[in-house]
Amino acid sequence: MKPPSRVREMPILRVIARALVPVILLFGLYVQFHGDFGPGGGFQAGVIFAAGLIIFALTFGVEALRQVVPVVLTERLMAAGVLLYGAVGVVAMFLGGEFLDYSALDPLTTGHYGQHLGIIVIELGVGIAVAATIMRVYYAFVGRRPGEDETGAEQALDAGAGREVS
Amino acid sequence: MPPVELLLMLLLLATVIVVARLKDLFAAAMLTGIASLLAAGLFVLMDAVDVAFTEAAVGAGVSTVLFLGALSLTSRREKQQERTRILPILIVVATGAALIYGTWDMPAYGDPDAVIHHHLAPELIAETEEKIHIPNIVTAILASFRGYDTFGEVVVIFTAGVGVALLLGGLGLRRRDERGEEES
Repeated sequence: MKPPSRVREMPILRVIARALVPVILLFGLYVQFHGDFGPGGGFQAGVIFAAGLIIFALTFGVEALRQVVPVVLTERLMAAGVLLYGAVGVVAMFLGGEFLDYSALDPLTTGHYGQHLGIIVIELGVGIAVAATIMRVYYAFVGRRPGEDETGAEQALDAGAGREVS
Repeated sequence: MPPVELLLMLLLLATVIVVARLKDLFAAAMLTGIASLLAAGLFVLMDAVDVAFTEAAVGAGVSTVLFLGALSLTSRREKQQERTRILPILIVVATGAALIYGTWDMPAYGDPDAVIHHHLAPELIAETEEKIHIPNIVTAILASFRGYDTFGEVVVIFTAGVGVALLLGGLGLRRRDERGEEES
């Protein structure tokens, strides 16, 4: 969805978005790294972070956002988040524990520090994966134009949905 | 029911009824966002702050944007339905009645004698702080005790993202991206 040119000409929206986006991104990071003390965690943080970037795209255009976060980057980060989570589990196994047993991450103490470390890292993995997935889904939605189709199968689907195929 | 909760419930009910009756899809999409925000307010009042967080960010924020994105590809108004169909209405009413009937067996909200407050919750509340050493019990349970589940959920989210990317294309986006990288 390309914002109509009118949105870009509205000074109030532009100024407010410019002021709000950094705050939203910062709040996302706060929810991410404060999730073990206050409400929130990786999932919420990822969504808030992505929402901040989407507000940026709504006000300044998708192309402006694509210069900051290319589509390929979102795809790679989606996988990187899942791998980061899984890697914590594997590292715990190498250190003598079971898969995702964070206590093993810190063999020197009784495991409290390991629990803390493990939770922070896996929440970071969750946050990265969620934020990247939402960005990717957003790109998939706005990347389509009415009537623009890549394969005949999609045209058939559109025709089946009663939509005009140009 | 306390007045604030009652007010939010009534507003939620009114919003949902209006959404179902509206033919203007743009207004309907915005009102679904408002419904999510009201639900998030209710969750906060029920002390489910983590859930409220998610509902506000996903329901009121991102999904509204995605609705609008989908709307920009189709028409803004719902097609006029020529005749009222009886069967769908019957199914909806029957399902709703069954769900409401099901709530009669649920313990009252906040009932300290409810089974769920006696099974695992007391142990978790008593021991989490000492075992995991972080104050937020919800995070401790989700990230540590149920680490496998959460890992599975992240994989589900990843799979959903891959599915959307494959189904809705965006291949053009990718190609344009790569071309952009070559140019720069």
